[in-house]
Formats: sequence, structure tokens, C-alpha cells
Amino acid sequence: MALEKITAVTGRAVHVPGNDIDTDRIIPARFMKCVTFDGLGEFLFHDVRNDPEGNEVAHPLNEERFKGATILLSGANFGCGSSREHAPQAIQKYGFHGVVAENFAEIFFGNSTTLGMPCATASREDIAKLAAAVDADPSIELTIDVEAQVVRYGVDSVPAEIRGSARDGLLNGRWDAIAELHEGVPQVKKIAAQLPYMAV
Amino acid sequence: MAQSLFEKVWDAHTVRTLANGQTQLLIGTHLIHEVTSPQAFGMLRDLNLPVLMPTRTFATVDHIVPTDQLVEPYADPLAQAMMDELRKNCADNNVTFFDRASGKQGIVHIVGPEQGITQPGTTIACGDSHTSTHGAFGAIAFGIGTTQIRDVLATQTMALGKLKVRRVEVNGQLGPGVYAKDVILHIIAKLGVNGGTGYAYEFAGTLFDSFSMEQRMTVCNMSIEGGARVGYINPDATTFEYLKGRHYSPVGADWDAAVDRWRGFASDPDCAYDDVVVIDAAHIAPSVTWGINPGQGITIDQSIPDPALATAADEKASIEEALAYMKLTPGAPIKGTPVDVAFIGSCTNGRLSDFQEVAKYIKGRKVVASVKAIAVPGSQIVAAQCEQQGLDKIFTEAGFEWRAAGCSMCLAMNPDKLIGDQLCASSSNRNFKGRQGSITGRTVLMSPLMVAAAAVTGFVSDAREVFQVTSN
Repeated sequence: MALEKITAVTGRAVHVPGNDIDTDRIIPARFMKCVTFDGLGEFLFHDVRNDPEGNEVAHPLNEERFKGATILLSGANFGCGSSREHAPQAIQKYGFHGVVAENFAEIFFGNSTTLGMPCATASREDIAKLAAAVDADPSIELTIDVEAQVVRYGVDSVPAEIRGSARDGLLNGRWDAIAELHEGVPQVKKIAAQLPYMAV
Repeated sequence: MAQSLFEKVWDAHTVRTLANGQTQLLIGTHLIHEVTSPQAFGMLRDLNLPVLMPTRTFATVDHIVPTDQLVEPYADPLAQAMMDELRKNCADNNVTFFDRASGKQGIVHIVGPEQGITQPGTTIACGDSHTSTHGAFGAIAFGIGTTQIRDVLATQTMALGKLKVRRVEVNGQLGPGVYAKDVILHIIAKLGVNGGTGYAYEFAGTLFDSFSMEQRMTVCNMSIEGGARVGYINPDATTFEYLKGRHYSPVGADWDAAVDRWRGFASDPDCAYDDVVVIDAAHIAPSVTWGINPGQGITIDQSIPDPALATAADEKASIEEALAYMKLTPGAPIKGTPVDVAFIGSCTNGRLSDFQEVAKYIKGRKVVASVKAIAVPGSQIVAAQCEQQGLDKIFTEAGFEWRAAGCSMCLAMNPDKLIGDQLCASSSNRNFKGRQGSITGRTVLMSPLMVAAAAVTGFVSDAREVFQVTSN
């Protein structure tokens, strides 16, 4: 199955500021009581977007002017904590196509790439510039250019790195590894046969 | 060339290099549970792919099981649906399932070692970030997402970039009342919650050499809380002693051959590391968290940080956000903070030695009336061992509820939850906002004995004082 080549994603953006935004905050555990990923999008950031009674509180995702944003901007160590793929799934199903942050937690980064959702790393100063531009004009479109490793906004751009193997996977339509892994199965069986513990 | 354990295990399991430069890595042992696996089985069905090596996947149920209800159907239909789905997926695909009826059910990171499934020199993956626990045996163990669970089920491999290796060396001995939990909280506070991103942590030095397997598991368990996806300790006589005679351990001549092979995986003494950090064990004290990530920790004698004293703007903002959520006063001592709930359990601290250590001190003591205290063994086998030794009675006589095995209040996917803004003294691994099931619930992480001290005083307390701990 050939996958789409993801060379760039373009859309309006929203800035959710803060460092160490963890996967429990992205999708609280009680919403993981499900056997499919369908419907996770509506619970994205649920407990910081709502008070205990379920009323909306101040949060960028609750602001009308950022509705329809498809690029998420955030801080350092985004997606730390649990390995739950429910977190990037919720982000993607909410409608985001890419994330720009200072850096990403390891497992979250891999999970997102496997879903074809680019995670680009930019400096704190540059994210502040993007956030200021979006705040001044929420209708402005950002482009995460995977090929050129920049984020463009209006006539400006900032550098935005996408780590080597992830960038290659996105650009060449092999961000989901299953087909290639499957081709390797004959060799997998050979290696497994050399490992005594795998005989059990 | 001299190699670290990480490099040796990586090389032994490398299938090939993929087009994007990642490695196709053989995953010898795959562990699954009910929360992150159902979608992976669904993806396999969509792709019409079978499970490639069903004997190399082992399942248990842990996150959603009620700890006060054994009979099905569970009160929560969503929990029952997850239970049914796992049971069906295992049966349909010939995967071994440690169901509650087996007497071997428990938290996946307790069951694997207990059964001897976790072995040195192996690769292990599980859709759970605390999979790093298994590194205590000199395995390379990865927490993975659901799409990778699909990859492992279908191909027994996954695509991975090689990690760098940081040796975290701790030498010396711990003082009385200082535990493995304090060591890992100290390491995370020192290196930061994202200090380990891109690294495997090799925990080494005389302290870890002297640790039991259960202590080693507590340390490796929380590697991910420091950003390190993998944490491990080189296998030694302690490792082999633990594994001998377990259900999946080799026997007879195979055992001797296995021990020889396992020994060979240990890092060569002169191997190179990408980074080395050296810590003196004497500097580690009983630790507690005050904030909303596991790196926001201090020792029990210290005061809650004051954002006014922060040097960097984002540090100030982080402290302010954490203290607003935790409802704690800047500059006040953490000792004396009122506690509503006490939780002893989880894949970090839900093993036999954790309950034995607490039982030594709570015999004859009482949980104060204002605190709800629960003790949750990490597995049915841990529960049975505790009960054989009469520990359950010591806990219940002290005022703890003695529950059935599961993840319980660590992440509250079952009925064990905080209510409102209750503050929980918890032996678990994460203090994120809302982690323990209430949107405003508060978590203070600490060792099991510190949880017991909080339970019998009603406040965050120094267990060394409360229980007159003079030796360890």
C-alpha cells in the first residue's frame, strides 16, 4: 500500500503554551476506555479545557478565533509521559496535521510520525514569533515545510527541524513502516532461530 | 571493540537497516494489556495479517480491573468490554493470557519478571511506557504505541533509531529510611524530566550492584519519567538468582548455557558511553514531589520552591502553574502538608519487598481517620505471598484496605480514584494533573514507607522520624 508523501502541511495555527505537556493532559486516561481510536478527538485536552462541572474554561482551543486550526504550537518536552498512542490520535482526530514545539518526548514523536503527523522542532524564540503572528491574525496560514525544514508564515519563515529518519519517512511516503517490516520477515525468522530464548 | 550492553543486545537483534536509516529490530518478547492492544488487533484484521509468532506475546489485564470486584461482569461496562476484547484477541490468536482465573494476573511489569519471561540480553516491547522496568534484568525494553504493537504482532520487529547511552553511576550506600524510589526521584530531579530524551540510561555503580532485583526494577521503571525510553542494569549473580526456577526460565544444561550467555551481555568494563553522570548515594534523602511532573521533587526537609526566586522566566511559570494546581504555599515546608489518601502499589512499588518493608513499621500503628489508605499488590502472586506471610492482616489492622491486584489508583482507569482536590501520598510514578482520576486531584510521589508515614500522621512526614528508622 503506497502512502501519501507528506512534503508540507499548511493551515491556520493555535498556540497552546507550556512546557512538559504530558499525555495524560492531552488525553486523560478515562477516555481510553475504548477498543477503537474513533471519537478521541473531542476529548483532546479535555480536563484543561473544562472545569470539573464540564463548563468551558479559558483555553486556546476554546477560543472561537482559533477554531479550525490544523497546526499546533507548544513548548518543550511536548508529549511526555505515557506511551499511549491515544495522545497523537486525539490530536490528529481533533483536526491537527502537524505540531511545532521546542522538542518532543521520544515515544510521542515516534507515534506521531507513524501516523503521518510531522513534529517539527523550533527554538523558543521562533515559536514565540509564530505564536505572536497567529495571535495578531488567527487567519494567517502556516506551512510546515518538511522538505526545506522551515515553518513559513506570510513572507517570513523560521527554521524547523524534523529528525532524519522521520523526515525521510514523511517525504518518501514510508512513515508507516509495516510494509517494509513485513518484507523483512524471512530474515526475522533467521535471526530469531539464532536466539535460544525465542525457541520457547 | 568494547561495547555496552545496549549495543550488544541491539546488534544481536538487528534484522536490517531500513530505507529511512532506522533499524528493523527483532523484538524477542512482546507483552500486551487491555488498554493499548485492542486497536492493534483491529489493524491486523484490517490488513488481513496473522500474528507472526504467537508464543512470543504474553498478555495480562491490569489497568481497568476493579480491585474490589473479582466477578464479572464488572460494574463499568466499558471496562468489561475491554476485558472481553483482550480475552477474545488472545484466544483467536493463540496468545498466552494471564487472566484473573490463572492466579498469575497482575501489572504487566510485575508479571513478566515474576514468570521468568523477562530475561537478560533480550529485547522486550509493550504498549506501556513503564516497560523500561524490564531493563533491571539487562534486557532492552521499550514502551511503544499501538501502531508499533501492530508491527510487533505482525512482524515481531519494529522500526527504531539507535539510542545513545548515558551511564548513571551511583556509588556508596543509602542511609536508613532511604529507598530505591528516592534514588530515581533524585536522578530525575537532577537530570530533568527530558534529560534522557534520545538516551538509554545504564544504571551502574556500587549502589545498584548491591540492590535486589525488586529495587532495581523500581529504578528502571521510572527511567521514562526522566525522558529515557530505556533504562537497564547489567545482569549479575543477583539477576540469575532471581530468575532460577521461574516458570519460563531455562532448566538443566540450558540454564547453565543461558547464564554464560547472559553474563556476556554485560557492558565491557572499557566500553565508551555518550555521557557519564556520577552521583554519591550518601547525598540522597527521602524525596517527595511538590509539583505536576516527577522532576519537581525535593527532599523531605526542604521547602516548596518559591517562583519569586526562579532565575529563568519559564521556570517561574512552571512553578507558578504547578503550585496553583497543587494549592501549595511557596516557601513553606513540604513536611506537614495535609494528606487525604494514601496509596501503596503500582508497577513502581507494588512488589513483595515493598509491602514487607512497610509491614515492619506499621504493625501496631493506625491510619488516621481523615485518611483513606489502600494497599494494592502488583500481582496475584505478590498478593498470595503477602497473605501467606500475614502482611495483609498487618495492613488491614493498621487501617489500610487490602485490595486485589491491578494498576489501581496509579492512573485510575478502574474505580479507584481521587475525589475533588484530594491530595494523595502515592508510591506510584506520575503526578501529572488529573492523573489519579479527579480533574483537580493532587499527587505527591514518594516511597512506600513515606506513604505509610503520611497515612499514620495525616501529613506529608519524614518516615525516619515517624517510625524511628535506624537501619535499612
